[in-house]
Amino acid sequence: MAIVYEKSRGLTDAELHYCPGCHHGIIHKLVAESLVELGLLDDAIGVCPVGCSVFAYNYFSCDMQEAAHGRAPAVATGIKRTHPNQAVFTYQGDGDLASIGAAEIVHAAMRGEKFTTIFINNAIYGMTGGQMAPTTLIGQKATTCQSGRTKEQAGMPIRMAELLSTLDGCVYAERVCVTDMANLNKAKKAIKKAFQKQMAGEGFTFIEVLSTCPTNWGMTPLKANQWLKDNMVPYYPLGVIKETAPESAEVK
Amino acid sequence: MKKQIIISGFGGQGGLAIGKNLAEAGMAEGLNVTWAPSYGPEMRGGTANCSVVLSDKPVGSPVFARSTELIALNEPSLVKFEAGVLPGGMVFVNSDVVTDKVSRQDLTAYYIPCARIAEEVGNPKVGNMVMLGAYVAGTKILKPETIEAMIQEMFAGPKAKFIPLNIEAFRRGMACIS
Amino acid sequence: MEKELWKGNEAIAEAAIRAGCNCFFGYPITPQSEVPEYMSVHLPKAGGVFVQSESEVAAINMVYGAAGSGMRAMTSSSSPGISLKQEGISYMAGAELPCVIVNCMRGGPGLGTIQPGQGDYYQATRGGGNGDYRTVVLSPSNVQEAVDFVQEAFDIADQYRNPVMVVMDGLIGQMMEPIEWRPVPKRDLPPKDWATTGRKGRDHHNVINSLYMDPEECDRHNEHLWEKYALMEKNEVRWEEISCEDAEVVITAYGTPARIALTAIEMLREEGLKVGLFRPITLWPFPEDALRKLSKAGHVKAFLDVEMSSCGQMMDDVRLSVEGRKPIRYLGHAGGVMPTAEEIVDAAKAALKEGA
Repeated sequence: MAIVYEKSRGLTDAELHYCPGCHHGIIHKLVAESLVELGLLDDAIGVCPVGCSVFAYNYFSCDMQEAAHGRAPAVATGIKRTHPNQAVFTYQGDGDLASIGAAEIVHAAMRGEKFTTIFINNAIYGMTGGQMAPTTLIGQKATTCQSGRTKEQAGMPIRMAELLSTLDGCVYAERVCVTDMANLNKAKKAIKKAFQKQMAGEGFTFIEVLSTCPTNWGMTPLKANQWLKDNMVPYYPLGVIKETAPESAEVK
Repeated sequence: MKKQIIISGFGGQGGLAIGKNLAEAGMAEGLNVTWAPSYGPEMRGGTANCSVVLSDKPVGSPVFARSTELIALNEPSLVKFEAGVLPGGMVFVNSDVVTDKVSRQDLTAYYIPCARIAEEVGNPKVGNMVMLGAYVAGTKILKPETIEAMIQEMFAGPKAKFIPLNIEAFRRGMACIS
Repeated sequence: MEKELWKGNEAIAEAAIRAGCNCFFGYPITPQSEVPEYMSVHLPKAGGVFVQSESEVAAINMVYGAAGSGMRAMTSSSSPGISLKQEGISYMAGAELPCVIVNCMRGGPGLGTIQPGQGDYYQATRGGGNGDYRTVVLSPSNVQEAVDFVQEAFDIADQYRNPVMVVMDGLIGQMMEPIEWRPVPKRDLPPKDWATTGRKGRDHHNVINSLYMDPEECDRHNEHLWEKYALMEKNEVRWEEISCEDAEVVITAYGTPARIALTAIEMLREEGLKVGLFRPITLWPFPEDALRKLSKAGHVKAFLDVEMSSCGQMMDDVRLSVEGRKPIRYLGHAGGVMPTAEEIVDAAKAALKEGA
């Protein structure tokens, strides 16, 4: 019998706990495949967050650390500074990264820490039951803004890729999504590029992945995909937000 | 034998350094020593002081309310610490800066024109060595040779040209005590 | 061995480097800032890593990451900063990661004062973060001990895979005292085969984690931790008794107040009063058996607890050991105001009267 598809070696055999239609599983696969294809898996050390992807340490087959809520960039700093030749990444959601861990991610980017952050933006707190995130859109309903988020009460949603791009230490920031094959391929390309830039020692690299949460959005997976395209993409534009040429190139 | 010395002055006047020199010299002579600075906002220009203990027994408290000697480098230091000197104690006053006199009759006061002597020696920076000399001659607690050997060590290598100057200042300070 | 005059904070930084500390993460706060300052200059020269973090929260999490990947990691701070580190300390205890944390204590609560204090005893000995955990807490009362304990702390941490705290008041960090770089006992340490160093062909992935979703599993994990803490209680407890053989009043004190108590004891003994000092060196495990034994001695009439804390935090442990057998008096001031030898003399006399 011919093998037509194999699960990436970058993932363990553990069964994913994610809800049907959630994009975490797809994004895990892209990260795992990227590590394998770049030959980094055996050296890699990942840091997972608190939130829906809290169990990512069970899913990635490389060495993993589970960080306190929001602290993954600090944990990754401790790892990468002492293991400068190894691939290090954090995998964080929007509550973890953009809310409680805002200081840690900003300062890791400011210092130009040479690790890669995969940021999952699904505009809501998934694990705790659909509360408002800093990325929740205006008008979007959540269990802590049941009539929809308002600017007056909660301010405007935060665009992390743009924010971090203002820091010189951040050499690459791209926003992607995985709603269809074309975007999925772009996302994987971006993730690989981020790891390549990390390993070239260029600086901090950041991939923001727009993602759905059908359960807490109260939609079918297909409808959630469409909602992402119609509502999130206009506010969180896809594409390269920042890419700095490597310093060695600038010298010439 | 136990000396509890307060050295106090403006931040930057060198009071903390005099204290360190005393502690270093005491250690070189085999005494038990501690040096404890006041720390905080006063480091940035206010009054700074340190407490030094030289003792032939292990030092209990590195800080104390009553001192055996006070080295007052500025006016507020004399005002603040004179009352705490033990009866029969000594006060060494930097008389180029402090115009007040020691008011208590049960203390021995020495008025040392540190800045003027330092000028005469040829470098305003060696005023501390003048005061150190006065303290050593006044208390006879440390041997002058110990301090001079310490100066040799402090200015080893490229700074060696400062050795004669500092030793001269130290000796001039000793000479202030009759 | 030649004596050298060292400032407490700089000495502990140097001691850590000599103990093989590979990385230091910290944030400035008075009165401990000389530790990161010294580390920033000297640790990279020794091949180590120094990062000034954006906060104490980040610092302890950098320690988590580095310790989790097998490094000898350290951070230091002073009281309010140690409060911020509690989250990370709890996670490290849960994930069983070794590290050394120095608390150069100042007075509180809140911003309190930058002057020396001992108001963090509860926090250090009861586990200031969430959950059931303990850390070994070493408490030096002079610069030599600070230097020795910091070096040993790395071994203790590695032996038990647990954070170790060195808790000293700000005065010990700020003062200078002669020390010797004498050899400290070295332990046979287990290999760090659990560390996340990259698989590099290993047949399984290593995971650093404190999360147990299954309550039964979490319960078992806690049981395992408590077995470990019981071992620490058995093996790591340290204390010192000075002039206690005939003492009618026993002063209990640690850190700087213990030194001041020695001056007071000298004064009291000159007057013919029999007073001794019981000094816990590990605040956790607290030397409760030794103190209990002393409290049963016929010659001991009373105890006097002296601390730089307004309510006498260590006195809880003294009470638990003395168990009501003898009266216990308290003398203390909150941060910044140090008990004087004269005050201790008066309080000891009052204790003697009370115990008579």
